[in-house]
Amino acid sequence: MSSAQRFERFSSVFLLAGLGSLVVAFLVLGLAPASMVNKSELNDVAASVPEDFQPYYKDAAAYRAGLLRGRDHYIAEACWHCHSQYVRPVSNEALRYGPVSQPGEYQNVLSRPQLFGTRRVGPDLSRESGKHTNDWHFAHLYNPKSVEPQSVMPVYSWYFELKKKDGSGLKPGENENSPDVVILPRQEAVDLVAYLQWLGNQVSSRSGTTYDPGAIVMPPRE
Amino acid sequence: MENNERPLVPQKLVTAHLLIAVLYIFIAVLAGLTFSLQFIDLYPFKGVALFSPGRVRMVHTQSVAYAWLANAFFGVIYYMIPKLTDRRIFSEKLGWFVFYAYNFLIFATVALILGGHAQGLEWAETPKILDPLIAVVVVLYVVNVVAAVWRARSKPFYVSVWYVLAALIWTPLVYLMGNFLPEYVFAGTSGAAISSMYIHDLVGLFVTPIGTAMIYYLMPVLLKRPLFSHALSLIGFWGLAFFYPLNSTHHYLYSPIPMWSQYAGIVASVGIHVVVYTVVFNVIATMAQDWKKAMTDIPLRFLFVGTICYLITCVQCAVQVTLSVQKIIHFTDWVVGHSHFVLFGVFSFWSFAWIYYLLPRLLKTPMYSQSLMNWHFWLSTGGIFLMQFDLLAAGLVQGMMWANLAPFIDSVAASIPFWWVRMFSGMMIFVGESVFLINVYMTWRLSRGVREPAAAAVPVGA
Repeated sequence: MSSAQRFERFSSVFLLAGLGSLVVAFLVLGLAPASMVNKSELNDVAASVPEDFQPYYKDAAAYRAGLLRGRDHYIAEACWHCHSQYVRPVSNEALRYGPVSQPGEYQNVLSRPQLFGTRRVGPDLSRESGKHTNDWHFAHLYNPKSVEPQSVMPVYSWYFELKKKDGSGLKPGENENSPDVVILPRQEAVDLVAYLQWLGNQVSSRSGTTYDPGAIVMPPRE
Repeated sequence: MENNERPLVPQKLVTAHLLIAVLYIFIAVLAGLTFSLQFIDLYPFKGVALFSPGRVRMVHTQSVAYAWLANAFFGVIYYMIPKLTDRRIFSEKLGWFVFYAYNFLIFATVALILGGHAQGLEWAETPKILDPLIAVVVVLYVVNVVAAVWRARSKPFYVSVWYVLAALIWTPLVYLMGNFLPEYVFAGTSGAAISSMYIHDLVGLFVTPIGTAMIYYLMPVLLKRPLFSHALSLIGFWGLAFFYPLNSTHHYLYSPIPMWSQYAGIVASVGIHVVVYTVVFNVIATMAQDWKKAMTDIPLRFLFVGTICYLITCVQCAVQVTLSVQKIIHFTDWVVGHSHFVLFGVFSFWSFAWIYYLLPRLLKTPMYSQSLMNWHFWLSTGGIFLMQFDLLAAGLVQGMMWANLAPFIDSVAASIPFWWVRMFSGMMIFVGESVFLINVYMTWRLSRGVREPAAAAVPVGA
C-alpha cells in the first residue's frame, strides 16, 4: 500500500478525519475558551425589584421569574435574530451603545442559552437598560411605528389587550381608536419589558428613565 | 458481490426523500419570501402571533437546512454509497423508519416554532424537547449507511465515500454539542464559543462534505469522463478535515470570547483557500474535458453554476473573516447575502442537479418538461446572483453608516431600496422553485400513469 493510499482507508477517514479533527477542534476552540471564561457559579440576576417594576412584581423571586419568562418570549419571537447583545471595541460602537462587553457580564442564567446574535436589523440591546421608559417600550412593542415612524420592527399587539376605561370589554365595531379605549399590557409584555430593561443594568446602573452618558468609557480613537 | 434478490439501491426510499425535499424547498422559499415583505412594510399577517415575522424566519432557515437539504442529502447518500461500495445499506426497513420519524419531527418543529417554542440558539432553533429525538433518528441514519461502508472497508474508497463517511461521523457529534452544551451547560460567553462551533460545523462538516461528495460523483458520471486528479481530491479532503473544524470562532469576532481563540479561527479560515482551490480546480478541469456538454446539459449547468458560487463564496469567506473587514460587515446584510449564496447558490444547486439526474431514473419517466427545467435554472441563477450582490451592497452601506455614527434609524431607511431588490430576487427564486415543484409533480404523476417499467426509461441528458 502506498503512503497516500493509507489516507483513503476506512480507519483513517473514520478515526483521523472524522473523530480526530473534530475532537481536537472541540478541545482547542470550544472547551478551552469556554472553560477560561466559565466560572463554576452563575451570578444572581437581581437582588431586588427595581422601583418602576414594583407595581408588577411583589418580590425579587417574582421579578426573577418574570425576567426568565421575558427572556423566553425574547427567544420565541426571535428578537435576537435582529438585535445583537454585545458591544464590540471597534466601529465606534462604545459611543453608540455604551461600554464594550466583557466576558464575565454574561455569567448568569438569563444568558443560557447565550443570545449574542449575529445580525442587527435593529440596534444592539446589551446596554438597553434605562435608555427608554417602560411606557416607551410598551408603545413600541404594541406598534413600533408609533414611536419610530421609520421602524421595520414587527408589531407584537397580541401581548396587549384592549379595554374600555371602566374595565369592560370592547363592543363589536370598536377598536384601538374608539373613545374611552385603553391598551393594556398583558403579563407577557410586562415580562418582556422587564427583561429588556434588565439588559446591561449591571453596567449602566439604571436610573429608571434615561441612559447616563457619564457611564460611557470613551475608547481611544482608532 | 452480494446476492441479487434485492436491488443494490433502495430506490423507493431515495425517491421518497427526494420528492419530499422538493416540497420543502418550495415551503422554505415561500417562508423566506414572506419574511422579506416585513422589511418593506407589506407583511400580510400583521399582528398574528402564529405567523409573526420572527417565527416565519426560523421556519425559513430551519426548512432550508433540515428539511430541504437534509432530505435531499439523505436520499442521494442512499443512492451514492451502495453504488460506490457495492454494498447495501444495513436495513431498508430502518431506512423507512428514519424517513417517517425524521419528517414527522420536521412537521413538529415547524408547528412548535410557529407556536412560540423555539430554542434560542442559531441554526438550532429546533424546540428543546425535539432535540434528543432528532439526535436518535440521525444516529440511526448514520448506522444504516456506515454499515455499508464498513462491509466494504477492505477496498480503497472513491473520494465521495471519504466525504460522506467523515460527514456522517461529524454530524451527530456536532448536533449533540451544539444543541445541548450551550443550552444546559455553558452560559454566555462560554456558550457562544461552543455555539459558534455549531454554526460553523453545520455548514462546514455536514453540508459542505456531503455536497462535495455529490459533485465529485455526479460530475464524472454526467460527463462520462474521469475525475481530473485523484491526488488533488485527497488534498482537498484532508484540508477540509484539518481546517474547517478550527474555523468556528470567526462567527463571533470582536466578541467577548478570548481573543487568541478568535485569531486561531481567522488563521484556519484563511486555510480554507487550500480546500477551495483544489476542489474547484478539480471540478472545472474535469468539466473542461467536454465544455460543450457541460454548457448544454441542465444538471451539468446546475453543477457548474454551483461550483462558481462555491468559489465566490469561499473566497469571500476567507476575506470577510479578517478583522479589518469584520469591523464594517459584521451584523449587516452582507452576512445574510453570504449565507444565501452558500446554502442556495452552492448546495441547493448541486442538489437540483442530483434530483434532475436521479428522478427520471427512479421514476422511470423522463422529466415532464425541459423548458420548465430551463426556467428553473435561469430564475434560480438570476435570483441568487441579484440577491447576493444586492445584500453585499446593503451590508457595506449599513456597516459604513454605523461606523460613522449616523443615527441607527437612518441606516434602516437607507436599506429599504436594497430590501425591495432583495424581495424581487426572492420572488424570482420563488417562481423558479414553484416551476421546479410543478415539473417534479407532473413527472411523478406521469410515472404513476405509466406502469410498464421499460416504457420510458430515457434519462435526462443521456
